Amino acid sequence: MRRLQLILFGVLLCGTSLLAQPTFPENGIADPRVGYYAFTNATILKDGLSTISNATMVIKDGRIIAIGTGLKVPAGAVEINCKGKYIYPSFIDIYADYGMPSQERGGGGFNFGQQPQLESKAKGPYGWNEAIKSDVDAYKTFSVNESDAKPLRNAGFGAVLTHISDGIARGTGTVVSLANSKENLVIIKDRASAHYSFSKGTSRQSYPSSMMGSIALLRQTYLDAQWYKNKPPQEGVNLSLEAWNKNQDLPQIFEANDKWNDLRADRIGDEFGVQYIIKAGDDEYQRIKEMKATNATFIVPISFPEAMDVEDPNDARFVSITAMKHWELAPGNTAAFEKAGIPFCLTTAELRNANQFWPSLRKAMLYGLSEEKAMEALTKTPAVTLGIYDQVGSLDVGKIANFLITSGPIFNEKTTIYDNWVQGIKYEVKEETPTGIYAVTVNTDAGNEKYTLEVKSANSATFYGEDTLNNKFSIDGKMVQINFAPMPKRQRPSADQGDRPRQGGFARGNTGGSSQALPETATRLSGLINGSEWNGTGTDSLGNPLTWTAVFVKAIELKPETEEKKKEPPVTGKVMYPFEPFGWEEDQQPKQETILIKNATVWTNEKEGVLEHTDVLIKNGKIASVGKNLSSAGAKVIDGTGKHVTPGIIDEHSHIAAASINEGGQSVTSEVRIGDNINPDDINIYRQLSGGVTSSHILHGSANVIGGQTQLLKLRWGMNDEDLKFKGWPGQIKFALGENVKRSNFNIPGGNNRYPDTRMGVEQVLVDAFTRAKDYRKQWQEYNDALAKLKKEKKPTTSLIPPRCDLELDALVEILENKRFITCHSYVQSEIMGSIEVANRMGYKYNTFTHILEGYKVADKMKEHGANASTFSDWWAYKVEVQDAIPYNAAIMQKAGLNVAINSDDAEMARRLNQEAAKIVKYGGVTEEEALKMVTLNPAKMLHVDDKVGSLKSGKDGDVVLWSDHPLSIYAKALYTIIDGTIYFDRAKDEQMQKDLDAERLRLVRKMNGEKRGGAPTIAARPTYEIMHTCSEHGHSHGLLVIDADEINND
Amino acid sequence: MKKIFIVFFVFAFINANAQETVLPAKPQKGIIVIKNATIHTGNGKVIEKGMIRIKDGKIEEVGQTVSIPSGDNVEVMDVNGKQVYPGLILPTSSLGLIEISAVKASTDAREMGEMNPNVRSIVAYNTDSKVINTLRSNGILAANIVPQGSLLAGSSSVVQLDAWNWDDAAYATDEGMHLYMPSMLARPRFGRGGGRGPQQGGNDPEDAAVAKIEEVKDFFRQAKAYFAEPAHEKTNLKFESTQNLFAKKQKLYAHANTVTQMLLALDFVKEFDFDLVIVGGSDSWQITDLLKKHNVAVILQQPHSLPTLLDDDVDQPYKTAAALQKAGVLFAISDDDGQTRGRNIAFNAGTAAAYGLTKEEALAAITLNAAKIMGISDKTGSIEVGKDANIIISDGDILDMRTSNVTDAFIQGRKIDLTDKQKQLYEKYEEKYDLKKKKGF
Repeated sequence: MRRLQLILFGVLLCGTSLLAQPTFPENGIADPRVGYYAFTNATILKDGLSTISNATMVIKDGRIIAIGTGLKVPAGAVEINCKGKYIYPSFIDIYADYGMPSQERGGGGFNFGQQPQLESKAKGPYGWNEAIKSDVDAYKTFSVNESDAKPLRNAGFGAVLTHISDGIARGTGTVVSLANSKENLVIIKDRASAHYSFSKGTSRQSYPSSMMGSIALLRQTYLDAQWYKNKPPQEGVNLSLEAWNKNQDLPQIFEANDKWNDLRADRIGDEFGVQYIIKAGDDEYQRIKEMKATNATFIVPISFPEAMDVEDPNDARFVSITAMKHWELAPGNTAAFEKAGIPFCLTTAELRNANQFWPSLRKAMLYGLSEEKAMEALTKTPAVTLGIYDQVGSLDVGKIANFLITSGPIFNEKTTIYDNWVQGIKYEVKEETPTGIYAVTVNTDAGNEKYTLEVKSANSATFYGEDTLNNKFSIDGKMVQINFAPMPKRQRPSADQGDRPRQGGFARGNTGGSSQALPETATRLSGLINGSEWNGTGTDSLGNPLTWTAVFVKAIELKPETEEKKKEPPVTGKVMYPFEPFGWEEDQQPKQETILIKNATVWTNEKEGVLEHTDVLIKNGKIASVGKNLSSAGAKVIDGTGKHVTPGIIDEHSHIAAASINEGGQSVTSEVRIGDNINPDDINIYRQLSGGVTSSHILHGSANVIGGQTQLLKLRWGMNDEDLKFKGWPGQIKFALGENVKRSNFNIPGGNNRYPDTRMGVEQVLVDAFTRAKDYRKQWQEYNDALAKLKKEKKPTTSLIPPRCDLELDALVEILENKRFITCHSYVQSEIMGSIEVANRMGYKYNTFTHILEGYKVADKMKEHGANASTFSDWWAYKVEVQDAIPYNAAIMQKAGLNVAINSDDAEMARRLNQEAAKIVKYGGVTEEEALKMVTLNPAKMLHVDDKVGSLKSGKDGDVVLWSDHPLSIYAKALYTIIDGTIYFDRAKDEQMQKDLDAERLRLVRKMNGEKRGGAPTIAARPTYEIMHTCSEHGHSHGLLVIDADEINND
Repeated sequence: MKKIFIVFFVFAFINANAQETVLPAKPQKGIIVIKNATIHTGNGKVIEKGMIRIKDGKIEEVGQTVSIPSGDNVEVMDVNGKQVYPGLILPTSSLGLIEISAVKASTDAREMGEMNPNVRSIVAYNTDSKVINTLRSNGILAANIVPQGSLLAGSSSVVQLDAWNWDDAAYATDEGMHLYMPSMLARPRFGRGGGRGPQQGGNDPEDAAVAKIEEVKDFFRQAKAYFAEPAHEKTNLKFESTQNLFAKKQKLYAHANTVTQMLLALDFVKEFDFDLVIVGGSDSWQITDLLKKHNVAVILQQPHSLPTLLDDDVDQPYKTAAALQKAGVLFAISDDDGQTRGRNIAFNAGTAAAYGLTKEEALAAITLNAAKIMGISDKTGSIEVGKDANIIISDGDILDMRTSNVTDAFIQGRKIDLTDKQKQLYEKYEEKYDLKKKKGF
């Protein structure tokens, strides 16, 4: 029996194999066939949407050669009658790794505790970075893999774009069919796309070790590739850049995988004139407007978070509303794309396996994805996106014969896909069950017995003679088995109930007539299905042999198909901005208003000093006036009696709201930019608003001597990454000295191998970097001069080759030209003096020394240099370079004439910066006004934004805090934190939001519990961790659910 | 005149000496009377314009007025309305065990292994740590020196912060056994490429934690049986070290933050009748009634902390103390910040006062309550008759950094030198920049 099936299967394959390739010698007898078929009487949906009834499609040599109504079956074609059946173009998945070699686990980020791999280990004339694998061509390593192809075919796919998903540049992808043929024949387009990502994949090279490093590497590679076109002899052969250039003409696909990364990718594209096709994640619905603005086509997966088991309140305790609400809303991601009018393709990527495709797609459709859009996203859009619509994506003459034969409209839940034809080859998905009423004749020695068989499904039938008989019926492939016996005489109702197959149990051979087990004496029939007449053999109740036939009589009359009940779309909560607790729903986002604070004690930070019983008017986002008895029609009036108004707090040194902080892969990384990877979903933005913070300067970490470019933010909670940025701010950059850059406090196996290892080496890194920068600047100057000269002389300029653009050195040149300002992590006097000396020698300046806990020892030198100082109030003794730190530091520096700020470097302390400033009154006796300036006006000065913020003066930004008490007192709470005249934190509203949040949590926990009780699979509750980025040099009081980003890199 | 003389004397002393010669004060003999003081007794009371009489290191009388005997050995301090408090107590600390956390050679807080009930912190306590004097400057006069670890870490001892050596310093030796509850939260693992968010994996951490705790319980069961034995064939030092715990001369400090960790800790009360103290307690606000019912004390390790969950009230860590107070749970506030080493404990309490405690309740959380929890409230923790004269004097409200300025401190009546390394460096560099002149000196 088993053997027979195998043989049959073999026959099927041989019968439909494509033409042999002419260049390949044949072992045996030539057997040329052209696969000439005509599919008649079908309902054909050429583009998957519009229907042609009673139509015919003719295919030959794997291509469609005719399609339409009224066509004749050509001579030589095998007719396949598709009466009652539907034909669709098969689906296309353009984000697959089908047929690609598997990869080993790779790299990760920079780790303070390990030796970095500083150079590429790739052998051959490739570029410097292992993560740039632009030379890889997927079609060269592609191999047909039937066990992977089959589930995709069964789901309805006929062609995929596959690539090796490894590296930041991943080379090219290839379009292949899912036919089980030779690789030569299934490749539809060899070089079909170029692929990119932010993940360096298997590369273990240290650089890049951060999101911003990945971005910088991509940007630099675009520049290098452009430069390489002029074949600069000093570069020699660089296959990576060569391939990069060659790949630029292809569709460019970027795997971004989440909403902010989507935007980051798109911005790189914008810079270099590339419109990426973006591989999305499952959270784009959280920022769909921003997605729309990219103008990109997206590739959207349909994998959704699973419900968690949160029945135990102690488990639910650690699951955030962020996770629960994402679970609730993620299935609507594709619908959000559709609603926003964003073109997109669907992909099976992220699904555990292709079997999940249909349930997931149905879920997406339940959440609002329309049938039309789903079909388009599976056929036309991917084909058009890749420029292969002339080959696949619809059923038109000349296209590849990739199509599905189904029992009905494809998105109908009861519809079955019978066959998936790929390149003109039939692949059976699900055998058609020969339902219907059959007349059965059993021929025994005693004569013929007549029965009626009503086949309902492959394992269910009613079988009766004069009475209904107890039967067991099954169809397996072409084989059929019918066992039957008379009904037992008496059926005890209770026993009957007891035997009824339980839901979820193993109910085999369920019969139409009875569920009783058949006795040993049952008559057993076995046979072969063959169209309308079946034949077979068997044994009767006594074991005598018999033969039998079954002849089709008529179809089963179905009850008129009731209109498939359209499932109600699920009721869900709303998206909040940001997608975090305390985020605003779209219509609740705070708006700029005219605000009048009356009768408060106003700390102006101007020569007026502290004014009692004074009003502050904020209008159009600016401070309109500070004075007595102010009024403004329509203003929101806040009573400030007994309260204090100060400018918003500015944190000079923060690491919140970024996707990465440390690019430690090299000692000089001035090319990386914090601003490239702002994360507006950081809850610490809101928490810091609650402490009166309005601006935070997000610094690169201290892993290397020349770190990355920093970003000043305004904490406009709810805004996107670009809108969080402080507009009109001249850029800064982070430098670092001392123990962190020489990696002293980490027990690195094998020791530190990244230069420098001493403060002497730190100084030399600085000298070297600025020497290179100056040479670079000179090289460009010479080029520009020569160019100008040629232009002036009206001579051709083509012979003049521009120098290579170096993003690292560009940033250093900006420093030399006073366009970018340094904030330098530093502690001890020797290194402070040393760096000042280098700066003087090389012609640049330290704008700010940050941390600077020994600043008090060299305050005079810093003053002479013109540097600002940004320090902690009372930290010390956590490492050797802070053993002489004193809380009087800020006061001494201030008295020595320096502009001094108190910073946090800590997400927790940042919300108490007013208290940290108060400590400078305690330790060293500066005046209270001067102390407050240390967290407001003074940092504004060192950030070069004191014309906009830092004091309360007419015309400055409306960044204001109303405190319940003296702002330097521990009893003071921020009641309102206002940025640009918009109230982003309102303590009274916060209380209400907390209540709403608790109610929403409860709703979601109950919904998840309902899901579990309803039998849906759930996973164990996952605590919602916060990933926190830090300087990596001191402890923090972060709570239980925080993971330091460094720990991730240790994993 | 006298005041000027004192000031002059102090500066002369500082300029001439490094911290190494900040001497522990000699035992106090005779009588000190503090008058004109706003006395915060630590037990909730405030005496305006009150007086305290100290004799031979003990508080002899406190009140609106106390009698001032005549004689040579009577010193009267008119503090002109300053704030007077009991010396602050840091209920958990690595003081004297860790000098610089980044330098392994200078850290002695954590022994290897998981079962170290026999380890004693007091023997490693370094009275010459430069950190100690910086705490005294902020009014901290005693600290509980706690060993770190996983599971049973050993015994803590309370020290007073003016001593020649640890033997002098010991205020309550081996008063607590420290049990660090294993984490019960599933930790995420990060897949290739990162960025795709955490994935949990591996064994259920709750089961693993329960199994660990079961091992600890089994250890105590065996220890109990061991003590029931009249004689032992072989001496077991680890069992022996638990004797005081069973005798209730020692408390069990369970370091626990989540509800399940705390519930597991409560089992130790039920099965072994230990006196239990929860250390950490960040989620203790969720089970205040249970803590009260089982008479369990809590040390809030770090109120200046971020909320546990994204969804938590942004000020939850600030409000937890008030929740415990409301339920009548005995609690103390600590400060385990690694960069400031405990010097801000008063401000941790001040924050609790800003978020629901009265100032006197907040004060109790860093004085009397801490003393009660450590079993030394008969000796210290409040300004009450018969207790050691552990007293600090501040210009203003000590809970608020804006006003806190400790001018004087007494440990067991000894007026201690409030110089510290940092003040000395300050003095040194004031000289460099001529800042004293600018101040009008």
